Amino acid sequence: MLRLEGISAGYGPAIVLRDLSLSAAPGRITCLMGRNGAGKTTTLKAIMGLVRPSAGRIMLGDQVISDLPAHRVAGQGIGYVPQGRGLFSELSVAQNLRIGLMARRGDAAETAAIRAEVLTRFPRLAERLDQRADTLSGGEQQMLSMARALCLRPRLLLLDEPTEGLQPSMIEAIRQVIMSLRDAGAAVLLVEQRIDAVLAIADHVHVIENGRNLEDFDAAALTRAPERLRAHLGV
Amino acid sequence: MSRIVALHLGLVALLLALNFLLPAYTHGNIARIMVLAVYAIGYNIAFGYTGLLSLGHAMFFAAGMYGTGLILRFSELSALPAWGVGLACGAGLALAVGLLALRTAGVAFMIVTLMFSQAVYLIILYFGAFTRGDEGFVIEAADRMIWGLDLGQPQVRYLAAWALFSVVLLISLRLVRRPAGRVFVAIRENELRARLLGYDTFRYKLLALVISGTISAASGGAYALLFGYAGASFATVQYSIFPLLWVLLGGAGTVLGPFLGTLFMFYLIDIASGLTEAYMLIAGLALIGLTLFAPQGIAGVIRARLWKDLP
Repeated sequence: MLRLEGISAGYGPAIVLRDLSLSAAPGRITCLMGRNGAGKTTTLKAIMGLVRPSAGRIMLGDQVISDLPAHRVAGQGIGYVPQGRGLFSELSVAQNLRIGLMARRGDAAETAAIRAEVLTRFPRLAERLDQRADTLSGGEQQMLSMARALCLRPRLLLLDEPTEGLQPSMIEAIRQVIMSLRDAGAAVLLVEQRIDAVLAIADHVHVIENGRNLEDFDAAALTRAPERLRAHLGV
Repeated sequence: MSRIVALHLGLVALLLALNFLLPAYTHGNIARIMVLAVYAIGYNIAFGYTGLLSLGHAMFFAAGMYGTGLILRFSELSALPAWGVGLACGAGLALAVGLLALRTAGVAFMIVTLMFSQAVYLIILYFGAFTRGDEGFVIEAADRMIWGLDLGQPQVRYLAAWALFSVVLLISLRLVRRPAGRVFVAIRENELRARLLGYDTFRYKLLALVISGTISAASGGAYALLFGYAGASFATVQYSIFPLLWVLLGGAGTVLGPFLGTLFMFYLIDIASGLTEAYMLIAGLALIGLTLFAPQGIAGVIRARLWKDLP
């Protein structure tokens, strides 16, 4: 579904991604790993149209999306949950979700169905609909950020370290949601640093270093030789 | 009818009732406050709801004022169509300024809007043959008639100001509860996130600025008609700062805040000037106190402590 073909990108004169290629398929969790500064977050930003590639192209299905502005990339059915969550902090949980739902521009019945489905996935949020987003715990904020992205009913979900800094019970809850999305047929591209988490849920892993492809692993290879992945990441 | 709608209709009804109860001096003040509160409501759409901190809104107020006044001065059009021309001037100027200024953000947006506004001020002075420059010009009583009613007559003036204020207040209430209004708030809170959810934030900001500029022009045009004067002082930086102060004091991002802030500031200066010649010192101290102890403004405090759904 998603293909990056020989992408180079960066910030002004600083080149971060160099001839990078990767893919993410429906019904699979693809993890993007690498040491700090490897270019993982920049890759997600390039996919979302926030960083313009200087070479290569990004395809979603048969469509080239690397020349679209960011708001139109999102409109193609890509949900993005960034590091730092990016909530509308002064708005309530319900208002955050409503803005996500409005972006999809569905009819009232469809909107109500998506809202109910999202709240079923995140029952903690259903209990806190009137609470301001910035008064939620870290884990709940992460859930809200994911829930708002799911309001678009994305075919592809980009997650940038969604469990960073969370307590174990929250990590497990978010992991369950990610796997259920995969099982429902969505493509998930997950940036993650924690190897144990990746080994538990990844169907495929791309390891990058200095913005370049280093090595790819499928699930079987990960199970056979996880130490190879650890060696790449220096842990 | 929801409690929120009832509250706003209650204010509208109260202001109508005051027309029949107030002594002459206060009656005139409240009419002026209602017209200026319309300006503040317009400013609040851009700043309070969308987060566009403009330092040049006086150009939109002046566009309405001069659009209306010059048409009356140099054409045969009557007051109502002239006011319509004033609105169109404000909307067109806001569209043109928005297309350029919204390519910037933050401090750069403040500076660009300030510069545009200064340009409008200098244009008014430069074309003094038409605008009478610094002195401005009086709009004749014969030109200030709508449906045979003399807008300079205190009762008519109050009711015209009330009608304009009521319509704009209710439009503002409706707007901020509509999807577009909610996107404005999302942009104010986190523009990048709004964009990544699929909203074309440039278009929404442009929409907010055009609505804001048109409402500001409606206020400027009404001021010219109701008080019979158009002057360059209304295009100065000071008149760009006033709505910012009114909105901050009343509560940015609240529907009632602009009115409350305008009312508070008007009477603060009115009362202080009756006590001392250094009245701006008293006004300044009061403003510092309010900003320190109630930074969300009057309606913002009400929303935080008493009524969290207050729009």
